[in-house]
Amino acid sequence: MSAPESEDAPFDVAALREDFPILEREVGEGTPLVYFDNAATTQTPNRVIDIFGEYYRGYNSNVHRGIHHLSQEASIAYEEAHDRMAEFIGASGGREEMIFTKNTTEAVNLVAYAWGLNELGEGDEVVLTEMEHHASLVTWQQIAKRTGAEVKYIRIDDDGRLDMDHAAELIGPDTAMVSVVHVSNVLGTVNPVEKLAGMAHEQDAYIFVDAAQSVPNRPVDVEELDADFLAFSGHKMAGPTGIGCLYGKKAILEDMEPFLYGGEMIEKVTFEDATWNELPWKYEAGTPLIAEGIALAEAADYVDDIGIERIQAHEERVTQYAYEQLDAIDGVEIYGPPLGEDRAGLVAFNIEGVHAHDLSSILNDYGVAVRAGDHCTQPLHDALGVSASARASFYLYNTREEVDTLVEGVEAARDIFQQ
Amino acid sequence: MSMGSDMYRQQILDHYRNPRNYGDIENPTFSHVGHNTSCGDEIEFDVMLADDGETVDAVAFSGDGCAISQAAASMLSTELPGMTLDEIRALDRDDILDLLGVEVTPMRVKCAVLAEKVVQDGAKIYEGELETAETTTE
Repeated sequence: MSAPESEDAPFDVAALREDFPILEREVGEGTPLVYFDNAATTQTPNRVIDIFGEYYRGYNSNVHRGIHHLSQEASIAYEEAHDRMAEFIGASGGREEMIFTKNTTEAVNLVAYAWGLNELGEGDEVVLTEMEHHASLVTWQQIAKRTGAEVKYIRIDDDGRLDMDHAAELIGPDTAMVSVVHVSNVLGTVNPVEKLAGMAHEQDAYIFVDAAQSVPNRPVDVEELDADFLAFSGHKMAGPTGIGCLYGKKAILEDMEPFLYGGEMIEKVTFEDATWNELPWKYEAGTPLIAEGIALAEAADYVDDIGIERIQAHEERVTQYAYEQLDAIDGVEIYGPPLGEDRAGLVAFNIEGVHAHDLSSILNDYGVAVRAGDHCTQPLHDALGVSASARASFYLYNTREEVDTLVEGVEAARDIFQQ
Repeated sequence: MSMGSDMYRQQILDHYRNPRNYGDIENPTFSHVGHNTSCGDEIEFDVMLADDGETVDAVAFSGDGCAISQAAASMLSTELPGMTLDEIRALDRDDILDLLGVEVTPMRVKCAVLAEKVVQDGAKIYEGELETAETTTE
């Protein structure tokens, strides 16, 4: 059943794998790593890792502080990284629409605190989906509690797609914010964000798109989607940890209050008051993650050099193979929509009689790294009627041979528990 | 290096599939529930003390989760009757790992110790030394 990488592959995976030295390592004696936990974090190519050495050895300096040479070099590189990331997601406003945050979670919190706490009140509604990650679910839930606003959840249907009739019922005159995940980190569902944005805007509500699982592996254009806010993390797109992005429409960001106060984000300060710096620095208080920001721009270059459409095509190819192989195993239940255009590169599943954590422990013997648990979506798992699932998620360097190893491990786990 | 598969020896699978003392006790002396937040394991222990007020007469547990957490609860439930609350509180991590009789991989130790912690916290709450709260292991 082995499926060699054929000539119709979108790119030479073996050559790309050489960019990722970690993929060469073993995780047990004679057990090569099979890294299928990419929805949690992706591996980092050499040229992104190299940025850290170049920065710290060559021009490490605080940004926007000194007028000395090093600070100028660091400032320019850091600012240009914002332009690069804005371009990466089609934001024509450039750096003014691109705020660097710690991660997607912080980006949601930034909007929830800066906009939500100030603008939401009783009678307002925030519309989420049942498949939201805790990053937005918990954040909006708690902001709603503090402001008296109400949170509503768009239902998912039996295939793990959003019930768009229910969405049309929920998004109404009282809706102030629609916050949706672009690609579900459990179901793999690609949600119709453009449609939801239209529905939100018809009611003069904003739409926030959690794009943590979409920006790394498919073309995302904030202006085509007409997103008011869109967030993603660097470490899920071949970039470093500690850096994420928040896109916001310029007009909204200009009006919004700051999130964190301090240095860098101010224009003029007296003992009595302060005014705010221009975009995006108004939202980046304190010394930012300079090397991480520059390295993230390098990750965007890396992804674009390969080609985001080709990465998507490759992921779909591996995912399709994994889906079909796992689906053929007795007792395996896969969550989310069947294979098709609206399914992204991950497969969450359970085997009857084997808890996901036990499965993961056995898969580890085969070198296979998967995520097992509730994947930061406890309410979704409640809706699915399971406490945990195992998730294999793929990226540009994964192969179908690796999927064969996963399948071997899954069958071994089934056999152990059936003995 | 220990292998993950090595954990699933016959005794573990037997207790996982046929848990001993599974269910509830009507009007228990005390009852306590705990979660393993990373796995979603859940275990509740009902404990009935003998007339002396310190010796365990009977226990029952219910729960849901991985084989390690559920087998540990089942095995522990067979050891508890006849033990005093002081003895229960003196149990440590190695006691439960010895009881399991397999080498538990480091990432799974939290699954193994959940049952023990639930019973110990339940005993402490009963004796008024711990505020009522759900037990969690991370």
